[in-house]
Amino acid sequence: MTAQTSAQKLPLAKAINESLRRALENDPKVLIMGEDVGKLGGVFRVTDGLQKDFGEDRVIDTPLAESGIVGTAIGLALRGYRPVVEIQFDGFVFPAYDQIVTQLAKMHARALGKVKLPVVIRIPYGGGIGAVEHHSESPEALFAHVAGLKCVSPSNASDAYWMMQQAIESDDPVIFFEPKRRYWDKGEVDTSAIPGPLHTARVARAGTDLTLAAYGPMVKTCLEAAAAAEEEGKSLEVVDLRSMSPIDFDTVQKSVEKTGRLVVVHEAPVFYGSGAEIAARITERCFYHLEAPVLRVGGFHAPYPPARLEEEYLPGLDRVLDSVDRALAY
Amino acid sequence: MTVESTAARDEARRSSGKRTTAKTPAKSAKPTAAKKTAARKTARASAKASGGADQPQLVQLLTPEGERVEHPEYSIDLTADELRGLYRDMVLTRRFDAEATSLQRQGELGLWASLLGQEAAQIGSGRALRDDDYVFPTYREHGVAWCRGVDPSNLLGMFRGVNNGGWDPNTNNFHLYTIVIGSQALHATGYAMGVAKDGADSAVIAYFGDGASSQGDVAEAFTFSAVYNAPVVFFCQNNQWAISEPTEKQSRVPIYQRAQGYGFPGVRVDGNDVLACLAVTRAALAHARSGQGPMLVEAFTYRMGAHTTSDDPTRYRTDDERAAWEAKDPILRLRTYLEKQGLADEEFFAALETESEELGLTVREKIRTMPDPDTMAIFENAYADGHALVDEERAQFAEYLATFADSAHQEGN
Repeated sequence: MTAQTSAQKLPLAKAINESLRRALENDPKVLIMGEDVGKLGGVFRVTDGLQKDFGEDRVIDTPLAESGIVGTAIGLALRGYRPVVEIQFDGFVFPAYDQIVTQLAKMHARALGKVKLPVVIRIPYGGGIGAVEHHSESPEALFAHVAGLKCVSPSNASDAYWMMQQAIESDDPVIFFEPKRRYWDKGEVDTSAIPGPLHTARVARAGTDLTLAAYGPMVKTCLEAAAAAEEEGKSLEVVDLRSMSPIDFDTVQKSVEKTGRLVVVHEAPVFYGSGAEIAARITERCFYHLEAPVLRVGGFHAPYPPARLEEEYLPGLDRVLDSVDRALAY
Repeated sequence: MTVESTAARDEARRSSGKRTTAKTPAKSAKPTAAKKTAARKTARASAKASGGADQPQLVQLLTPEGERVEHPEYSIDLTADELRGLYRDMVLTRRFDAEATSLQRQGELGLWASLLGQEAAQIGSGRALRDDDYVFPTYREHGVAWCRGVDPSNLLGMFRGVNNGGWDPNTNNFHLYTIVIGSQALHATGYAMGVAKDGADSAVIAYFGDGASSQGDVAEAFTFSAVYNAPVVFFCQNNQWAISEPTEKQSRVPIYQRAQGYGFPGVRVDGNDVLACLAVTRAALAHARSGQGPMLVEAFTYRMGAHTTSDDPTRYRTDDERAAWEAKDPILRLRTYLEKQGLADEEFFAALETESEELGLTVREKIRTMPDPDTMAIFENAYADGHALVDEERAQFAEYLATFADSAHQEGN
């Protein structure tokens, strides 16, 4: 059960599993809580084997009550523990929304800084897996809007590993959005590397004509779009935001000052989505560098559709490239 | 509603059960709504006629008339000093509470949630606690705060609007007041789970009211605490009113009986009897400490004042009801007992009166000199580890304020 110490190729879900394992090993105060996280190892097996190795006292199968999971995690944090709780699916988080928004996010301020709430809430989010209703949503803006919370989402296995380490070390509550359709994507994870800060963006691909900004599952889509665009002679830069609260606007700004064009891509509905915030801020910061309005690609203002329609609903290569073309046409 | 009417409700359940015995077994009897209402009315009328007999479930050790009575399960033996101490706690708490209400009327506080009438429930339960126990209060637990040694003026900051709590919960093991009702029952449960993990023998107590008993979080706290056998005591002060809604709008069964469905004991105690509240809470805490898990205590009491200073109870309840409860006043009955038993003399009561007035003055002085927060406090403590956006907005706002170089803005007014 020793954590791996060298570079290896891991699926994203396994990278999180390794990261949780390492956290459990390093800090006796770290706890894993959630529905089916124990013997089953979670419905996506992200916590596979952890209860076997760390016991039922630290890897805790909870009653099926999300508010209860987060509410008791708050109590455990007040006692000095560092709970990492799993919400089984994005659409199941709302029974816990009150505890997250009303208590978890505000308690540190309410106490004028005298208590800390180091709680990580893991949420497998997003679509693309052909699931039934409530299993494919992207509610990140609903959390990023709330002061007191931090929101991050890794796009690849290495980030998944390191960002989870950093989220657990954070003294602030962190909502950790896991791109569930990328759980099985393999990537190089160097567990002895020195990671960059948690809330910084990363240029995932350099380019000169236009910036694509995305996070989580859409980073891969944007990288594919950039590769396709290259064949058409267009050079797209892809910024992996990694953190939705705070957002590393400096990195986006730097990119847009170079390219003059920005398209923001996320699965979540565009209306009041994080793309709107990025568009507003970047317009303010880069007004004289912009050659085109900031465009957004994302979900529609309609409930997430049945699985047979999700490929139409989700931003794919074509919809991203369509917006790229529109931005370049200005 | 009154004690009588709740007694009547129990009666009604029994009589409705009897009525339907012919059709269904008594225990699973599900009479129609009409039948229930009819039964309840009958029972209420008969309870009123009989003067409202005490309920068998209500643990009482000191009657409203100041007579000591014994209970088969819960007993208490206190020294004269301890009894006077409880009396002093209740008197000072009431005095502090009255001062806060006055301060609100004078505009020094924006709002106050008075505990008038609930002194015995709070002092009795509060004095049952050990230093290492942990309290998760709602926003009306001024008497419990007093028992924990929290500076009373600390409680006033949020009602004055200078902070949202702000005291260090770990100084007195007294968590911040929780305004959204019921949430803290889960925090208490989680904390208690942590206590158990640490192998400590401390206990945790969660306060909430009859209104909060309807919240899902309270139900989930019952579930979690039972499943994990967490050392937590749920102390429900049933003060009969959730703002304007009587307990009948919260539950079809006496609240303490809910515990049974979750697999732990529940008990109803006379919430205006400080001795019974102390004895029952001690027992519940001992139950928790000894690894037997949670327990629900329903302190049957009465909110003698308004919900808060913004409320007008004349719109929804009668003076008669209040008068009936005033006859059961928690402080009065202990005073009667102390006097009858010769456990306190005039000198004691006079000295306490002086101490009360001094407390009132101190609180008044502290409130009036409580400084407003600095404008930039808006940004402080939003995060423990900082946040780039907060930093940016703080800097921008400071810059904006600086443009009013000579105006009041700069001085934080």
